[in-house]
Amino acid sequence: FFQYCLSGHPTLPCNVLKFKSTTIMLDCGLDMTSTLNFLPMPLVQSPRLSKLPGWVLKDGSTFLDKELKECSGHVFVDSVPEFCLPETELLDLSTVDVILISNYHCMMALPYITEYTGFTGTVYATEPTVQIGRLLMEELVNSIERVPKAQSASMWKNKEVQRLLPAPLKDAVEVSMWRKCYTMPEVNAALSKIQLVGYSQKIELFGAVQVTPLSSGYALGSSNWIIQSHYEKVSYVSGSSLLTTHPQPMDQASLKNSDVLILTGLTQIPTANPDGMVGEFCSNLAMTVRNGGNVLVPCYPSGVIYDLLECLYQYIDSAGLSNVPFYFISPVANSSLEFSQIFAEWLCHNKQTKVYLPEPPFPHAELIQTNKLKHYPSIHGDFSNDFKQPCVVFTGHPSLRFGDVVHFMELWGKSSLNTVIFTEPDFSYLDALAPYQPLAMKCVYCPIDTRLNFIQVSKLLKEVQPLHVVCPEQYTQPPPTQSHRTDLMIDCQPPPMSYHRAEVLTLPYKRRYEKIEIMPELADSLVPLEIKPGISLATVSAVLHTKDNKHVLQLPPKPPQPPTSKKRKRVSDDVPECKSLKPLLSGSIPVDQFVQTLEKHGFSDVKVEDTAKGHIVLLQEAETLIQIEEDSTHIICDNDEPLRVKLRDLVLKFLQKF
Amino acid sequence: GAGQDVGRSCILVSIAGKNVMLDCGMHMGYNDDRRFPDFSYITQNGRLTDFLDCVIISHFHLDHCGALPYFSEMVGYDGPIYMTHPTKAICPILLEDYRKITVDKKGETNFFTSQMIKDCMKKVVAVHLHQTVQVDEELEIKAYYAGHVLGAAMFQIKVGCESVVYTGDYNMTPDRHLGAAWIDKCRPDLLISESTYATTIRDSKRCRERDFLKKVHETVERGGKVLIPVFALGRAQELCILLETFWERMNLKAPIYFSTGLTEKANHYYKLFITWTNQKIRKTFVQRNMFEFKHIKAFDRAFADNPGPMVVFATPGMLHAGQSLQIFRKWAGNEKNMVIMPGYCVQGTVGHKILSGQRKLEMEGRQILEVKMQVEYMSFSAHADAKGIMQLIRQAEPRNVLLVHGEAKKMEFLKQKIEQEFHVNCYMPANGETTTLFTNPSIPVDISLGLLKRETAIGLLPDAKKPKLMHGTLIMKDNSFRLVSPEQALKELGLAEHQLRFTCRVHIQDPRKEHETVLRVYNHLKGQVVLKDYSVQHLPDGSITVESILIQATAHSEDQGTKVLLVSWTYQDEELGSYLTALLKKGLPPSTS
Repeated sequence: FFQYCLSGHPTLPCNVLKFKSTTIMLDCGLDMTSTLNFLPMPLVQSPRLSKLPGWVLKDGSTFLDKELKECSGHVFVDSVPEFCLPETELLDLSTVDVILISNYHCMMALPYITEYTGFTGTVYATEPTVQIGRLLMEELVNSIERVPKAQSASMWKNKEVQRLLPAPLKDAVEVSMWRKCYTMPEVNAALSKIQLVGYSQKIELFGAVQVTPLSSGYALGSSNWIIQSHYEKVSYVSGSSLLTTHPQPMDQASLKNSDVLILTGLTQIPTANPDGMVGEFCSNLAMTVRNGGNVLVPCYPSGVIYDLLECLYQYIDSAGLSNVPFYFISPVANSSLEFSQIFAEWLCHNKQTKVYLPEPPFPHAELIQTNKLKHYPSIHGDFSNDFKQPCVVFTGHPSLRFGDVVHFMELWGKSSLNTVIFTEPDFSYLDALAPYQPLAMKCVYCPIDTRLNFIQVSKLLKEVQPLHVVCPEQYTQPPPTQSHRTDLMIDCQPPPMSYHRAEVLTLPYKRRYEKIEIMPELADSLVPLEIKPGISLATVSAVLHTKDNKHVLQLPPKPPQPPTSKKRKRVSDDVPECKSLKPLLSGSIPVDQFVQTLEKHGFSDVKVEDTAKGHIVLLQEAETLIQIEEDSTHIICDNDEPLRVKLRDLVLKFLQKF
Repeated sequence: GAGQDVGRSCILVSIAGKNVMLDCGMHMGYNDDRRFPDFSYITQNGRLTDFLDCVIISHFHLDHCGALPYFSEMVGYDGPIYMTHPTKAICPILLEDYRKITVDKKGETNFFTSQMIKDCMKKVVAVHLHQTVQVDEELEIKAYYAGHVLGAAMFQIKVGCESVVYTGDYNMTPDRHLGAAWIDKCRPDLLISESTYATTIRDSKRCRERDFLKKVHETVERGGKVLIPVFALGRAQELCILLETFWERMNLKAPIYFSTGLTEKANHYYKLFITWTNQKIRKTFVQRNMFEFKHIKAFDRAFADNPGPMVVFATPGMLHAGQSLQIFRKWAGNEKNMVIMPGYCVQGTVGHKILSGQRKLEMEGRQILEVKMQVEYMSFSAHADAKGIMQLIRQAEPRNVLLVHGEAKKMEFLKQKIEQEFHVNCYMPANGETTTLFTNPSIPVDISLGLLKRETAIGLLPDAKKPKLMHGTLIMKDNSFRLVSPEQALKELGLAEHQLRFTCRVHIQDPRKEHETVLRVYNHLKGQVVLKDYSVQHLPDGSITVESILIQATAHSEDQGTKVLLVSWTYQDEELGSYLTALLKKGLPPSTS
């Protein structure tokens, strides 16, 4: 049992589990923080960005000034942004049998894995995960492809050159592995390999392993996974939440009795309380709008945005914002809003009840109907006609490197009336803002991360009591910026096993048993013997059939009738073909009874001598002696096979067979 | 219920000590006690809750869930009731509708109340497709897509390695709004299948649709009115989609109406549960939601007297009450008009009467209604036909089949066909009759990995095709079964092994020195073809081993020309030891040196 760790990002995991001859990939997260090293891609030519000076080395050499640009003391790569893929060299990914996806944020590297590694297996995910995952990928591809960038920088990646660069470029890991974004055909090919599953559905893999998704409470269709055989259970917990937002609550009970619990996807902002953040979000938004400014909310097209819209739905009238337009701009805005309404079965109880009425589960349907919320595929087209300020704009991408958000940053950045509110926790907001500096607009940081915090984790672990916990190394020490906060790490006994990118862990458990089925005919033929009170034994001689990793015991075939032909070989010429195993023997031989039995069978000259450890029984005429001791019997005779066999069978009558 | 009959589906299954009730329906053909199943079959004096482990409802049609509030609130049942999410959403609405007709319109008393429907629904646990629901530690159930109406499901009920699949009503061909039923090869001990269309093999869906549209079109062209009695949810949506696209394509102007207040709501359910519809609708719903109709408008009672052509969908579907019956009475006398019955009609209903050719109907108050309008029957109800039922049996590979929800004569025919084609037993019990099946399950035991590995390792020898005989000891203790190696069994029980050993004296004529005799014996054994797979060794102490069998030579005490070979082996090497003594007894070949 091994775990190959292909990603170093604790919330965008990618692990491969070797479990009972099956190779299972757990998530394939794509680390997009790499894009922060790149210049933003504006939808409209930006004079500011195009005038940024090229970067010059300390010794004055300028050979990199086409690839690297400087902005307010930071250096950025002027190229199509690239992503940091999971490790592809640690093991042969074509041997991966299945990929289990836990939520739509953790499948963004899927096309790289399924289309470029020779992968031929199946991917399992819930329907909302696939549908929303598709939307996220579509948005990503769309926002990168619609701004064609001529140049693709690669010189800076040279190891010798990278050494000379300023941080953070100097310290960026595995830059040679960074890849450009995939295309829509690749996305479609990857998604076609997905098989849809439902919560608590038991999926058999090759008869050896059963995997089951469980509700994780974090997002629509988000799941944790149980990977188990009859005797071992591994729980994979990734991106779970105990807060009541829109998704179905987390199923904790099913995680009990795990041998190993792999814990990833905890909150990235352990010190922030999501409820408090939502409150701050609303009040900052209201204040800006009241002062005549615009609000920009960089966000993903699905997830927290549903909760924000619901809060605003309750908030806008009381805050006097009824006339302020809310815009949601994304190539998949419409789809995301529509899809959110059709996954009743994946929602929390309250929302389910609304669907039974039947009403749409999310109030954004009403916001759209009353024209308070409008959605557009992009800033071009209808939007430019409808656009009124002051307003609130929800748009992506939260990295501020591509998507319509770049346009609004350029447009509104110069005025201190405007505010950008960061709600997505995946990117450091200071890094995200760096290429826009100097900036006059206000920046508010309200990260909303509903995933488990360390207090909840320790409660959860106490509740489900796994034998071993495995987690990314980041969770076994306090955050680097808050080294005194020893409460911000996982605390459990025995201490968690930690992993880092490109590490291979041996998981600590040992199998001792396996399931086998005894066919009814064989079961009928067994003769149980009570050896001790309450314990019965039966010796089983049977034929083992193994198919699809399932084992079955059947009655052995009847021995073939000896051929009657005269030509047959003499019996003694054949060494027994099927080396039929003889049972082990146990018990002891009571000498007196044994002698009586011998006499009954026609031995008239039986003599018994006592020895130190037992007895010797002599058959004088046959020149045969039988040594009998507590735990052994030895028959010594001339080569008289019928006699030997007769004695053997008499001895066996007194012994138990195993 | 539903034994050799269509209506009040209700089947009790006892499996490995668990009791499960499948569906709890009403009968459309009766207004007396017979409209509900006879629950006294379950238990005469005990509480139903103590007797039943759970109740499963396959879909929202009243002949499958219409007796549920009566059963749970009036007879009394507090255990879990399982159904899919759409069924859970829609079922209470149809129940309330049914209650209103019975109590408010017909004035019956002693019927379940609105509050009872609500209380009953509180006992419902909604299930996902393919989710394994653990009812208790041993009993699990799993839903499969049935394609009959929105949210219709087939259920697998499993205890240990015994299982039953109940199909509810299902459809094996996708239609304009739902997908086809699907089940995996789950090999249940018993498949309980509906058999509404046991003897019918329907022509292709396309033909039926073309036929339907042609008839509607012709009637409308000549200025006639078309009445299509339907149930609010199900076929109605499929036919609406069909007509909507046809009107669009042909640019027709005649109005289409949909009666009852349920319509709007019904379409809403389809929009919210769009994941339960077919692939095409699901894929395109963002761009165009198929359940938003342009040409179909709400019906008002007054419209029925309007002149000119029109098409009206009206409930209920079997013309046994309500608006469809009212309209029917108004239009029946005009031969220009047409009524199209798109589904099955239960005996006793007006629908059934006109379909069986009756043209003079006795209505309330002894009034005779003469039917001059054209009566057409089009099988649009989404049941599997004979071909579909056979197809499902092929998919699931059951060991036994039991037919319900059909007419006895037709069942008989299908039963024979099933027995012939699949060589499985097929049953068709009547209501109140019990069918008992014997299963022969294998027994799962735990085998120690050491023993299994040892056995599979032997199996990897070149002769893998030969059956591998394995030998182990089954320890049975406190209901646990473990198969371990004999050595481990002895050790676990604290027993000592008793060693049984044999030593045989074989006399050989050989005047040479003992060690030379030994060498001859060794060469002889080495030269045996049959022993080539065995380890034959000549040890420094002058003895020979063949595997664990020991051979030593001594001089005969009296005769120098005879050597005595002592062949010694344990009981476990019985065959080989016996073989070697026999071989050596035949003497050694003449020395070549």
